[in-house]
Amino acid sequence: MNTAVEVKNVTMKFNMSKEKIDSIKEYFVKLVKGNLLYTEFTALDSVSFDVKKGEVFGIVGLNGSGKSTLLKVVSGILKPSTGQAKVFGNISPLIELGAGFDPDLTARENIYLNGYVLGHTKKYIDEKFDSIVEFAELEEFLDVPIKNFSSGMVARLGFSIATIVKPDILIVDEILSVGDYKFQEKCEKRIKEMMAGGTTVIIVSHSITQIERLCNTVLWLEKGKMKMIGDTNEVCNAYRNGN
Amino acid sequence: MKQYLTNFLKYKSLLWNLVVRDLKIKYRRSVLGFAWSILNPLLMMIVITAVFQNLFRTNIENFPIYYLTGYLFFSFVTESTNLAMTSIIGSASLIKKVYIPKYIFPLEKCIFSFVNMLFSFIATIIVMLVLKVPITPTFFAFPIPMLYLFVFSVGLSFFLAAANVFFRDVAHLYSVFTTAWMYLTPIFYPMEMLPEFMVEVVTFNPLYHYILYFRALVLGNHIPDLRTNMICIGFSVIMLILGLIFFKKKQDKFILYV
Repeated sequence: MNTAVEVKNVTMKFNMSKEKIDSIKEYFVKLVKGNLLYTEFTALDSVSFDVKKGEVFGIVGLNGSGKSTLLKVVSGILKPSTGQAKVFGNISPLIELGAGFDPDLTARENIYLNGYVLGHTKKYIDEKFDSIVEFAELEEFLDVPIKNFSSGMVARLGFSIATIVKPDILIVDEILSVGDYKFQEKCEKRIKEMMAGGTTVIIVSHSITQIERLCNTVLWLEKGKMKMIGDTNEVCNAYRNGN
Repeated sequence: MKQYLTNFLKYKSLLWNLVVRDLKIKYRRSVLGFAWSILNPLLMMIVITAVFQNLFRTNIENFPIYYLTGYLFFSFVTESTNLAMTSIIGSASLIKKVYIPKYIFPLEKCIFSFVNMLFSFIATIIVMLVLKVPITPTFFAFPIPMLYLFVFSVGLSFFLAAANVFFRDVAHLYSVFTTAWMYLTPIFYPMEMLPEFMVEVVTFNPLYHYILYFRALVLGNHIPDLRTNMICIGFSVIMLILGLIFFKKKQDKFILYV
């Protein structure tokens, strides 16, 4: 078994209704009038690729090319309209830092809650608690409710919790652009450590230099279609020239 | 099936901790904290008892207990289903960003309300001791109707939570429905007060059966027969299955509507 992620013919279609219908009255009015038709929007169009174990896989593309949708499909948040995405191993999605934080709870309580959201046990979080706090540099603010935190502090805490596990597959969506340069460096170092430890990483970034620095293989998406896949330099050069 | 079970076990600690979180948040800013769960039904009981024994002159034996047992069950069902109904929409930020089995959210609200009900149950026991109502052996069978009620609520919660994602009107309709439901449930009136055709109608109300069962244990000192048990189980299981099927069918589309 050498594959970490297997994406087969994934197509993701959204019903893009012109206005959002969420009341029964609107629904019936539209139904009677016969214009309950949706314009269908294809966010991903038969995308297939494999990510090997230990590989660092980059995804590039313009805004709206389907990068985030693809990550959501891989992490199981979205179910594709057709095709399937298989993941071998446990996955830690960093799609948004601090998803699942409760503003009314303290940092300490949120560390536990967020750990549970990611599917960890209490014992595991107990063990890792100190290193999470240390990495986030929030020792003094442990018993302060998150709502009083600055957004940088929240991001630090979120990153620290999500990366404390050694996941088999780490998904990173643009998050390396949060925080100050010092923290960004720290994050990148942490990700490099993981890569050295054999973790498969999927990165989405607009920073082409970052992709070049980190990735082995790059996929270029354009309007939901696969434009190019292959060696980092080759794809990155083509992407630069293509835009 | 095995896959579902391992997945559930993985998120078991999340489920439990969401319940703890809700309890913490509920009582965080109140001075008396958890005592409110006991005080609230006690105060309600005093008001209702005063109104009904003086104004309407009901002659139900042990009226405070009669009322509290009905109130306990009815408020559990309405609280759990109402919280569960908005639980999916309320967790939109989570659902969009992390994979979590979605049934966790309505289920969590039901467990949270169940814990609240157990607190309020303490109030009932206190009143029983104060009024010197004898605690009979059958009293200790109380977990049985509570379990039936819980299963029923979970089923209804699944249904409402899923429906409310697609049509927000469900919440408005349901609030009207619960008002009607309250009057169709013998919480503070005796069954004899109802006209004959209404008695027929009320027997289709699952809550009526659960509350009668509960009262039989607490006040009547007898355990209901097999037939009553079958009716209760029937209502619970059918509701659970319907709720689960509907929820499962719709859950992959939640993310597009929340």
